[in-house]
Amino acid sequence: MTNNNSLIQVENLHIGLEDGTELVKGIDFVMGHERVALVGESGSGKSLTARSLMGLLPASLHVQANRFELLGEAVLSYSQRQWLQLRGKQVSMVLQDPKYALNPSQNIGRQVEEPLVLHQSLAKKARVEKVEHMLDAVGLPNPAKLRKLYPHQLSGGMGQRVMLAIALINDPQFLIADEPTSALDHAVRDQVLELIASLVEERNMGLLLISHDLQQVADYCERVLVMYQGQLIDQLPASLLSNATHPYTKTLWSCRPNIDKRGQALPVLDRGALATLTEGAAK
Amino acid sequence: MSVLELKDVSISHVQGLEKNTVVHDVNVSVKAGECFGLVGPSGCGKSTLLWVLAGLNPHWSGGIRLLDQPLTPGKVFSGELRRRVQMVFQDPYASLHPKHRLRRALSEPLKLLGYKDIDDRLSEGFKLVGLADNMIDRYPHQLSGGQRQRVAIIRALLLEPKLLLLDEPTSALDMSVQAEILNLLNELKAKRDLTMVMVSHDPEVVDYMCDHAVTMKAGRIDKETFYD
Repeated sequence: MTNNNSLIQVENLHIGLEDGTELVKGIDFVMGHERVALVGESGSGKSLTARSLMGLLPASLHVQANRFELLGEAVLSYSQRQWLQLRGKQVSMVLQDPKYALNPSQNIGRQVEEPLVLHQSLAKKARVEKVEHMLDAVGLPNPAKLRKLYPHQLSGGMGQRVMLAIALINDPQFLIADEPTSALDHAVRDQVLELIASLVEERNMGLLLISHDLQQVADYCERVLVMYQGQLIDQLPASLLSNATHPYTKTLWSCRPNIDKRGQALPVLDRGALATLTEGAAK
Repeated sequence: MSVLELKDVSISHVQGLEKNTVVHDVNVSVKAGECFGLVGPSGCGKSTLLWVLAGLNPHWSGGIRLLDQPLTPGKVFSGELRRRVQMVFQDPYASLHPKHRLRRALSEPLKLLGYKDIDDRLSEGFKLVGLADNMIDRYPHQLSGGQRQRVAIIRALLLEPKLLLLDEPTSALDMSVQAEILNLLNELKAKRDLTMVMVSHDPEVVDYMCDHAVTMKAGRIDKETFYD
């Protein structure tokens, strides 16, 4: 499945600690201008994979791959300086919790403006205009006033919209959203996911959406990759999730409680059976 | 018989000389053996209400009867009530002492109450929540989030409570681990004849778990639901 305008091509990606412990055990995937969900439990290596795509892994981790291309460039050997030029311009990332990811001592305007200052040479007036336009595009009311506010004055949902504005202001080709809604209220989650999906579609970007809640992300993505303990164990189009065949995907798909399941036990993972299954797949 | 009765309860947070009332005139009655849910967006006062029921916030007014005992505003819980009401907190990472092994953390209240067969009770508790009892000599950081939440549930159940308060017990956990914990709570409820009060911002969790729930909005009860 190789096409010329694919954004990411990863072949046999390994991420390991210095002592030889493997955290990501040889995964392959290709993605183009599409919306893909990367799903798995905590510790399955999904965040590590995403961070390796941004060049954000700590130096103590070793990354190896037969092929590791981002926007057609082999980025595995990139220096910090080369990464700096790519990050925030061509690829960008939205993190989990806006409370921690935004700088508490800078106002919103300055933080949204920063990628512009770093990657483009615009006059102050043009930057302000662009910032206000971007804040408006992510659905925040009254951008002129909001620019002067500080992160603690915003709610979680608003904070996440600001993060999205920062990520998208340079019109990148590819966005990684690492659990963008798990710090938010239930009611706000769908709003934020909807916003991310619609903005990404408008700009014809690639989106890698990371989550542990399969049902929630399925509506906003075209394809789903499922990870378990460092391996990519299943990939399928989102429309086929309800008849997934892999037991792990099946459980993830059906373990969310709802009113119809009252009185029945929720399906849980049979970890013993899964271990033998993944070992078999590795061999 | 009702385990918990609230009559015109208002609750404030006191900061310095200022008093900020966040819960207004709540009337609720919870029957024995019921799972009672409190739902609402963040900031609606659901956790505030739970903290009063746990005796952690004395600044309330109105009438509360807890386990057939009237409470007085401003007074801490005493006697039986302290044991009979136990709480499981939201964040399993923050609710266990990081420098104590589980055995020490869990046996502390039992020692205080003068139990003799502490080790037996602990290993029985571990079996109850589905953990291997060789985990008992581990530190909290050696457990996963779901395992830690199970330990927090043992901690609460060791004192044989009549009322279990759950403050968003699964919102810090993965969806698949949430299913395990909810199954466990349902099992325990059936086995131990527990009454549970569960706070959640996820309406689906409450729909699944609870027999009776109220939705709160800006410190007031917006809607009361009985499931059958």
